[in-house]
Amino acid sequence: MTARVEVFVQLKDGMLDPQGKTLEHALEALGYSGVENVRVGKWITFAVEGGCREEIAGRVDEMCRRLLANTVIERFTYKLLEDGE
Amino acid sequence: MSGVPIGIVRFPGTNCDQDVFDAVAAIDGALPVWLWHKETALGGVRGIVLAGGFAYGDYLRAGAIARFSPIMERVIAFARSGGPVLGICNGFQILTEAGLLPGALMRNAGLSFVCREQWLRVDSTDTPFTRHFRPRQLVRFPVAHGEGNYVADDETLDLLEGEGRVVFRYVDEAGEATPLANPNGSARNIAGIADERGNVVGLMPHPDRAMSLLVGSEDGREVFRGLLEAAA
Repeated sequence: MTARVEVFVQLKDGMLDPQGKTLEHALEALGYSGVENVRVGKWITFAVEGGCREEIAGRVDEMCRRLLANTVIERFTYKLLEDGE
Repeated sequence: MSGVPIGIVRFPGTNCDQDVFDAVAAIDGALPVWLWHKETALGGVRGIVLAGGFAYGDYLRAGAIARFSPIMERVIAFARSGGPVLGICNGFQILTEAGLLPGALMRNAGLSFVCREQWLRVDSTDTPFTRHFRPRQLVRFPVAHGEGNYVADDETLDLLEGEGRVVFRYVDEAGEATPLANPNGSARNIAGIADERGNVVGLMPHPDRAMSLLVGSEDGREVFRGLLEAAA
């Protein structure tokens, strides 16, 4: 099967995100009040072939740990979408 | 040319390679040698420097892609066998991504790229690169980075401090590690750290840009002198 993969990488909770902070201030300056806790992350998409869903999930998990996220400072989640979804 | 060969790793996007080359060449008895990132052998070098820059354009995260270059497998083996390895700026980021040094370097707390002269305190003289300094000596190296905010969990920070592995700290002229002296928000004002054995050191400031009084400081010479002695 081929799966489309969406990986989300974000700084761990509690890690200062200066980029998010700056956006928060900019939104406030534009008049959007009540905006809190802006965090900037990464959204990575790709297609991957594999035997079954579990096998693909295992490989994607490994890709995230080894390269796509730095687990010292970041956490990640991912979604597998089969063709047609 | 003769001398003890010191390898300088070049990735696409490294831009302090020539500064480091000149810094190594300025030390009597050292012979700078280029190491291209695609090489799979170290060619007999006795010490290694990972220079500053933006390897692979800092894509994904600074150092994240460089860490998987063919040469890095050899660098990691060299470091694990006790060979002296110095990572400067982007080189420090690569060493953390490679797992040779703990923690990570995040975007500067103030968001801006900082480029300035910086006072540092030598908090460990127990590494090849700092053995010529006095304990707690103040030195001046320039900093120039956008992602130098050193982070690690409290346990790791306590371990680094407990084992004397914080090598350089950002300080003011009086040698105090104040928030104002901290250019990037680094935890506990940490500017540079060592691995367990001390043969691997990474730091954000640039000793390679502090090689002559003409540019404000020659404190960097001692770092490269120490590297040569450890390599010889």
